Amino acid sequence: MSRVEGPFVEGLRCRECARAYPAEALHVCDFCFGPLEVSYDYEAVARSISREKIAAGPLTIWRYADLLPAQPTSPVDLGAGYTPLVRAERLAAELGLGELWIKNDTLNPTGSFKDRVVSVALTKARELGFKVAACASTGNLANSVAAHAAHSGMDSYVFIPHDLEAGKVVTTAVYGGHLIAVDGNYDDVNRLCAELASEQPTWAFVNVNVRTYYAEGSKTLAFEVAEQLGWQVPDHVVVPIASGSQLTKIHKGFSELFKVGLLDEEPHVRISGAQADGCSPVATAFADGVDFIKPQRPSTIAKSLAIGNPADGYYALDAVRSSGGAIGSVSDDEIVEGIRLLARTEGIFAETAGGVTIATLAKLAAEGVVRPDERVVAYVTGLGLKTIEAVSPFVGPSATIAPTLDAFNAVLEAEENGN
Amino acid sequence: MPTVRIPTQLRSLTGGEGQVTVDGSTVAEVLKALEAAHPGFHERLYDDAGKLRRFVNVFVADDDIRFQQGLDTPVAANQTVSIVPAVAGG
Repeated sequence: MSRVEGPFVEGLRCRECARAYPAEALHVCDFCFGPLEVSYDYEAVARSISREKIAAGPLTIWRYADLLPAQPTSPVDLGAGYTPLVRAERLAAELGLGELWIKNDTLNPTGSFKDRVVSVALTKARELGFKVAACASTGNLANSVAAHAAHSGMDSYVFIPHDLEAGKVVTTAVYGGHLIAVDGNYDDVNRLCAELASEQPTWAFVNVNVRTYYAEGSKTLAFEVAEQLGWQVPDHVVVPIASGSQLTKIHKGFSELFKVGLLDEEPHVRISGAQADGCSPVATAFADGVDFIKPQRPSTIAKSLAIGNPADGYYALDAVRSSGGAIGSVSDDEIVEGIRLLARTEGIFAETAGGVTIATLAKLAAEGVVRPDERVVAYVTGLGLKTIEAVSPFVGPSATIAPTLDAFNAVLEAEENGN
Repeated sequence: MPTVRIPTQLRSLTGGEGQVTVDGSTVAEVLKALEAAHPGFHERLYDDAGKLRRFVNVFVADDDIRFQQGLDTPVAANQTVSIVPAVAGG
């Protein structure tokens, strides 16, 4: 594969042992198997980047190209990013909080934050000469890889657990490409893809061999929030944890903004994480006060977070602990209530991962971990239409009537009488 | 003899081979035999305290040994042991 580097990329570096590597399709250190991280020439970025330059850029993640690891000249781009940051006064009142915002990342091209990471991953993959896009997915990534591959004319192989929600299977298959349902859970699918990446070196597995670049896309979740708050950072963010990559990169994103001169003061953002009780390896390690993350066999309706063996769990724990945050977990019932609470107070319909975030936010607010004197941002990262199974048993028409005025008046009357 | 599947990152130790066969009836024995046949594996797979590195996952017949008996997990002669980098997915 040819070597073409992003604008300010110096190379890759192992997070564990600091060995240096060129910016190629590498994701783990040959020596210790630690994850590789993109390193940038931040001084050069600082000279190039400015608030004005960003403001004049495209209304996508590519407005932050100076801090991304791929050439922005012809990105694989369906318009990911620049999603609304919504002031959530009604939800804040319900939870006893003050200034609360929802980063509504359900409004990406395929309905989740995965469009951010896939746009970066496939742009880099194309630069490196790959013709085939692949991934292991719990659904959101499947949608995004299939769509971006279709848009860019790449072939795609998407691997999913066999028992995903219909709304995630159909919304992947529709883009064409190869969709392989695997008889196993996500961790089985992931292990299969990790092995396949060795056997199919000409395929770009976005979350395996090009994962180093892919993960960088999540930094834009921090960049946008800071820009949308007028180049200020929140006091506290609540982020769902599956592999832990997104949370880790949001943390990195805020600190990079200061490093390149876009923030006036060094940010101190408390980062809290959210998991489902039925898949809570990182929350469990946090609660137990240990560094060791024990893998779990997931059982939760929050399938998009059902990673029992989280690759970045250690780093997510570090980010939460060092920033003074916490990690909470919530039951399936609380997840459904979280989805409904966000929908009825703010008009935003989230998938189960969003229910996990909102329910955990509620729990941490009740415990006094998330405080009313803080400016809080909750990341809601996937669209509710993908997982309607979760709420369909609990919501439906409030009345079914004959097409007559009398029938409707009877309903109104019953409602007025408090029924 | 059990088969061991080798990830790309370690194939320099096996002359490029993606799988090799070595003796052993537990994971620990198989990995020890792997080191004897292809020196260099031990240093790459284990940390200074003698534990598997935290970003190395090992599977016997596609099941994670952490759900079984860890390094003491039995390995039958017809089974495959996979060494897989942990950093993937999500």
